[in-house]
Amino acid sequence: MSEKELGKKWDRCLADGAIKFGTGLGLGIVFSVLFFKRHTWPISLCSGAGLGMAFSNCQNDLRSSYLLHRSQKVGLCNKTHSN
Amino acid sequence: YTAGGSSGAAKVVAAGLLTVGGGVGGTILYAKWDHKFRAAVENNVPYSDWLLGLALGPAYQGDIMKQVEMAQPPSMMDKPGKAPKGKKALKEPGSPAKETSPVPSQPAQKECKECQHHADPAVVAPHTELPLRERPVEEVAARLAQQDQKEQDTLSSSLEECLASSAKATLQAIGAQEAAVQAITQHIHKLKEAMEAEVPPPEKSSQWKDLEAALADRTSAVNDAETALLKAKEALDSLKSEIDKSKGLKVSAVRPLVLAAEENLHNMVVDLDRVVTKLQSAESESKIVSQYSDLVNEAKLQFQREVSSLTPEIQANWKGLTGKLSADDLNALIAHAHRRIDQLNRELAEQRVREQIHIDASLEQQKLEDQKALEKAVLTAVQHIKEDTRLEQERKLSELREVMEAEMRTQLRRQAAAHTDHVQDVLKVQEQELRADAEQVLGSKLLEQETSYRQLSQEQLDNFTLDMNTAYARLKGMEEAIDSHVVAEEEARKAHQLWLSVEALNYSLKMADADSPTMPLESAAQAVRDSCHDNDFALALATALPEESLQRGVYSEASLRARFNALRALVRRVALVDETHNSLYQYFLSYLQAALLFEAKQEAPPGQLCSEDLDPFRLLSYASFCLEHGDLELAAKLVNQLRGEARRVVEDWLTEARLTLETRQVVSLLSAYANAVGLGTTQAP
Repeated sequence: MSEKELGKKWDRCLADGAIKFGTGLGLGIVFSVLFFKRHTWPISLCSGAGLGMAFSNCQNDLRSSYLLHRSQKVGLCNKTHSN
Repeated sequence: YTAGGSSGAAKVVAAGLLTVGGGVGGTILYAKWDHKFRAAVENNVPYSDWLLGLALGPAYQGDIMKQVEMAQPPSMMDKPGKAPKGKKALKEPGSPAKETSPVPSQPAQKECKECQHHADPAVVAPHTELPLRERPVEEVAARLAQQDQKEQDTLSSSLEECLASSAKATLQAIGAQEAAVQAITQHIHKLKEAMEAEVPPPEKSSQWKDLEAALADRTSAVNDAETALLKAKEALDSLKSEIDKSKGLKVSAVRPLVLAAEENLHNMVVDLDRVVTKLQSAESESKIVSQYSDLVNEAKLQFQREVSSLTPEIQANWKGLTGKLSADDLNALIAHAHRRIDQLNRELAEQRVREQIHIDASLEQQKLEDQKALEKAVLTAVQHIKEDTRLEQERKLSELREVMEAEMRTQLRRQAAAHTDHVQDVLKVQEQELRADAEQVLGSKLLEQETSYRQLSQEQLDNFTLDMNTAYARLKGMEEAIDSHVVAEEEARKAHQLWLSVEALNYSLKMADADSPTMPLESAAQAVRDSCHDNDFALALATALPEESLQRGVYSEASLRARFNALRALVRRVALVDETHNSLYQYFLSYLQAALLFEAKQEAPPGQLCSEDLDPFRLLSYASFCLEHGDLELAAKLVNQLRGEARRVVEDWLTEARLTLETRQVVSLLSAYANAVGLGTTQAP
């Protein structure tokens, strides 16, 4: 069903976003604790990066149906002789 | 102001009057000059004719002139028209008259008469020409011939009378002349006898009596001759006048008569003249003889007087006195005789001397007389010769004419013969033609009869054959009808079966749950296929069912409707997303629009979509309306207009809708076909 596809995409997006945000958050906490003397900026940076990656993935996923893949590209040849 | 106004008004009034007067005067003057204008004015303006009549006098001159003008050309046209017609009509009686009767002058005369007649009435009134012009040709010729005949008769009779009378008179005259000549010669002879013969006195007296009788005879004969001559001359003159008259009339039929009369006249004249000359010569001779006799008598008398003077006693007849004379008397007589002889000798000598002169004089006289006689003779001879030659010429002319006529007659006879030959030939040819025609007609009629007989017999045969054929055909027809009944029943059964199978298919199509598709239509389609394996149309239709419907089944309309209602929200949400605008921000905007925009739930779609109607929200409301009203096809068409992400979202629904529509179409076609076939096979009661 084509109408279910969008929902599926949104599900993936959210799931992906959640995962990436959580992962970024964890990594940020880890880095902030380990390397950056418990500043908050690595947390926000990594979570932001994670969100950004999720946003980008989501957008790509939603656009994917409009993008021409390499296998689909066809060459346009001008016909030299007129019909 | 009032003064100025009144003077202004007076000026206006004066100007107006002047204008009107000028107009009327100009009209009258122009009407006087141009009559057509006057007539036009009189016709159009009511009392203008009274006014113009008062000013100019009545308008008759122009009319009469016009009438004269109009009359002249027709009369002038009539005259040249009549003249050639008259001439033509005249020529017609002229030419056949020339041919029929050789009287050229008569028609000329007639023509002249007719010309005169023609000339007079043509000036006055042309209609009187008609009786003259319309005289028929034959009548004219007949009249001419009649007239000629009459004239000929009268002429010939008159000529004959004249000829007869003149001939009689001439003969009489000639006889009288001859008698006169005879009498003269007799008289002369007698005189000579009396002169010279020595006859005894009694016979001499008888002789002298005879002589006197002869003289009397001669005188009477001469008188008779003269009177006869006069009569003859009168008769000849009358004959000549008759001949001239007849010649003047110019009737050629009597020309030979005229010629003969002229010849006779000439002959008579010649004879008369001859006889007259004879008479004259006889008379001149007698004159000589009488002169001689007179001289002799005179001499005798002289002698007798001398003798009587000498011898007065001798008296009476001295011839009887031969014995009575004495010697003195004899001597005296002899002396007298000697004297006489001397005298005579002297006279003779004188005469001999004067002989030449006398001879010359007498010669002269004779010459003159001869000349006169010669002239007269020459004249008469010339006249006679002229007359002769003229008569000869006329005779020759008449002969020539006769010859020509004879030749013409022979030619005409030849022509007539040729004509009769030609007519015979033509008749023969015509006879042949007519015979051929008649035979042809006969043949055709026979043929007709034969053909009609044959036709009748053939017709009879045909009728019989026809009846037989009809009976046979009916039999055949009945057999065929029975067969066709059987066939039809078979067909009906088959159609019924088809219909049943189609109905089954239809039912299975209808039998669908709300959200799940129908059962696969394969079996029903198979049933349909089985029931129509000899029908190409149904077979084609049966095989036209889409594969999906056969394998999987189709969704019902209700399920599609429900699905659409679910889809609608989704489509609203992704309305702004398409190939170019498909970022997440666009998604956000699209979601925002869907939350904020309100459209009608259902809207009736227009007949034609314009560019505004291609908005997704509008399309959705139209499609919803259509679906609510059961028009899946239009709803699918409208949904087909969605573009972009919305289109991608409804793609599956559209496919399902297409499938359903297709299957339904095929099934409806099949059912319609089955119905039609079923209807076709049912027999009407």
